Amino acid sequence: MTAIQLEVPPPVRPVALRRSYRFELVKLASQWRLRLVLLACLVAPAVYTAVISRQSSLPADALYGRWMNQSGWAGSLVVLVFVGTIVLPLLTCLVAGDVFAVEDRTGTWRQLLVAVRSPRRIFLSKALAALTVTLALLAALAVSSTAGGLVSIGSHPLPGLDGHVMGTGELTVKVLLAWASVVPPTLAFSAIGLLGSVALGRSPLGLLMPVVLALLLEGVQLMPVPVALRVVLPVHAFTTYRGLLTTPGQLGPLWIGLAVSLAWTALATLLAYRLFVRRDFTNLAHDGSGHRFVVAGLAPLVGLVAVTTVGVGVGTGATGTGIERPELEAALATSFAHLYVLQTDELHRPAVTEEQLHTRARCDKGGDLVDDTGPGADWRCVVTWTLPGATATGTAIYQLEVAADGRYVADGDGPKEVNGFFRINTPTGDAPNPLWQFDGVVDLLDNETKGS
Amino acid sequence: MQSTAAIRARGVSKTFGDVVALDGVDLDVPAGQIHGLVGPNGAGKTTLLGLLLGLAVADGGTLEILGMPVGRVLGVPGSVAGFVEGPGLYPTLTARQNLAALASLRGTTSGRAAHVDELLDRVGLREVAGEPVRGFSLGMRQRLGLAAALLWEPRLLVLDEPANGLDPAGKRQVHRVLTDLAEAGATVILSSHRMDDLAALCDEVTLLATGRVVFSGPVRKLAAESGDLDHRLVTSDPEGAREVADGTPSLSRVAGGGSLSRADDDALVVRGPQTALDELVVRLVAAGIAIRELGPVVPLLESAFLALTGADDGVTPDGESAR
Repeated sequence: MTAIQLEVPPPVRPVALRRSYRFELVKLASQWRLRLVLLACLVAPAVYTAVISRQSSLPADALYGRWMNQSGWAGSLVVLVFVGTIVLPLLTCLVAGDVFAVEDRTGTWRQLLVAVRSPRRIFLSKALAALTVTLALLAALAVSSTAGGLVSIGSHPLPGLDGHVMGTGELTVKVLLAWASVVPPTLAFSAIGLLGSVALGRSPLGLLMPVVLALLLEGVQLMPVPVALRVVLPVHAFTTYRGLLTTPGQLGPLWIGLAVSLAWTALATLLAYRLFVRRDFTNLAHDGSGHRFVVAGLAPLVGLVAVTTVGVGVGTGATGTGIERPELEAALATSFAHLYVLQTDELHRPAVTEEQLHTRARCDKGGDLVDDTGPGADWRCVVTWTLPGATATGTAIYQLEVAADGRYVADGDGPKEVNGFFRINTPTGDAPNPLWQFDGVVDLLDNETKGS
Repeated sequence: MQSTAAIRARGVSKTFGDVVALDGVDLDVPAGQIHGLVGPNGAGKTTLLGLLLGLAVADGGTLEILGMPVGRVLGVPGSVAGFVEGPGLYPTLTARQNLAALASLRGTTSGRAAHVDELLDRVGLREVAGEPVRGFSLGMRQRLGLAAALLWEPRLLVLDEPANGLDPAGKRQVHRVLTDLAEAGATVILSSHRMDDLAALCDEVTLLATGRVVFSGPVRKLAAESGDLDHRLVTSDPEGAREVADGTPSLSRVAGGGSLSRADDDALVVRGPQTALDELVVRLVAAGIAIRELGPVVPLLESAFLALTGADDGVTPDGESAR
């Protein structure tokens, strides 16, 4: 055999990031499962809002659910509630939670490594591709739910969570910002998905990690935990858009949620990256390690929770559950004043302003034997106001159900003419009584009101 | 710098925990050669293939691939391609999409589609190019894996069991691709349990056992290591042949009359050096007994494999009992 002379080959260069990123997108787009999910995200919210908005029974338990037949914007905000509770963590499971594990299932790691020649590029490509697809799904949900509501009911005003009426312009901006506010926590759960997918491989727990974590943290959120802990959990960041729906906005939890979400995103991504680049790809039987996940994945995240909890506690001075009588009274009085003005307008009574009403609220939780603090369905409040030129003081009673996350539902208990009946007789016909039942939100980090 | 060795390994070792996968492996593979890698399960073949593809680095020793020292993971030259433990394809993509996606990684935009189709044609998959890979048989996957490796225009092609699941036509097609590559100057490392494939394709083979090289050289030299082989003899007169065999010097009768299978009731199995077999043939002819078949029970390479690896008689390289 004739000897063949070899030229020494040039140094190895990894594939460009944009090429490997496109490669990952092609693979994700080829999964019929993801195609179906995208279709569902495009269709289901629109159908839901269109159908539910026209029913007499509305999902009043969800924020703005009782307004779905009044304004098309309410449907988008109701879908946002469901999205933040379970849908987005579930979507991150399907995309980020599977983006590494799928290579284990198909036995394609070696092919990919030999082709791309850089575990770092592979990681970045997969993370970026998963992020792209997740954000596309989120955008589909937002567009679909908003379009469904607006087409079905139309763009009508909607009261904010402090009772002030938001017009189309304000609603457009705030609904858009509300959807944008769930992007950071979605990134955090995507990063958790990457971590689970890298650390646990084909294990179902790796795939379901974002949902498992979300359900766990939702459970924590239901309990009256200290507010400093509550606001540093990434699942809380799915609800901080509520602060945008008041004037002035309750932006403290929103900024903290943003910072916490980005911290979770950065740490979980870094942990996933470290686990990935240290992996032995010659081991075909690799299926992750629960022990390694706990030590190298879970423990640092628990540490992050501890550090940020202390940081928020010290930085804001927030103690307890964040639900105290003074701030609840302030929130209720503000909402009542705004909604009274709305009711006055609908009834075509002489115009009145919030300032002229001098509204006050006095609240009590569970009688004298119970401290007036914390969540519960046993809050009872008396709202008083004064009409211009009148000597008598108006009085209305509300039963409040206050959730641990600061949202409350005020249920009118009379008098009938003010808040005791669900409809009012306006000159143009019957209309929903805005003072009968309404949603509000307590600023959990509002220390000024607490101290007043 | 120029070299004639596509692979040059000296004292290469690799351990996984307490398990020694490779123990001081020396290997020289000239460029343009089809080189077989054979050994029983756990011999270290996959580990060695992984090192050649850059999926791992050796713990000790030196490894040069295409004249370039390899010192880090994925540090092998870009013109090394292949697959180990399965071709690694994406089941949701079609055959063409698999190749096109891989081609786009490389970034060769000019004539990419035509090149992909040409490769599919070369491995005999053009007609199923639009089918999702999830429906492919093992043999089709193997051929597509080969096409994927060819995308990189390799100067060193590393293949692990490329003939698995191939029908005779597919096997011929793969063999033709590999011999064409070698003729064009590329080096092919071929791991296989199928001795007939290795014998048909390889210039040289390396035999690994428990992480060590027990033989490396030309196929014919390996065959010589096989010692006395068992031969199967079928004649027109089994009784007469048995008597002749018993009377032939240096020849022993291993089995006869129903020892192999029902179809082999009339066959004898005899063992001895080539000279004794020649003498047996002469005596049978002299006795007027027609010889219908005389050949090794186990192929030459397989016998050598069994002899060199110390495997039990009747056990094939892949660990299954020989029929």
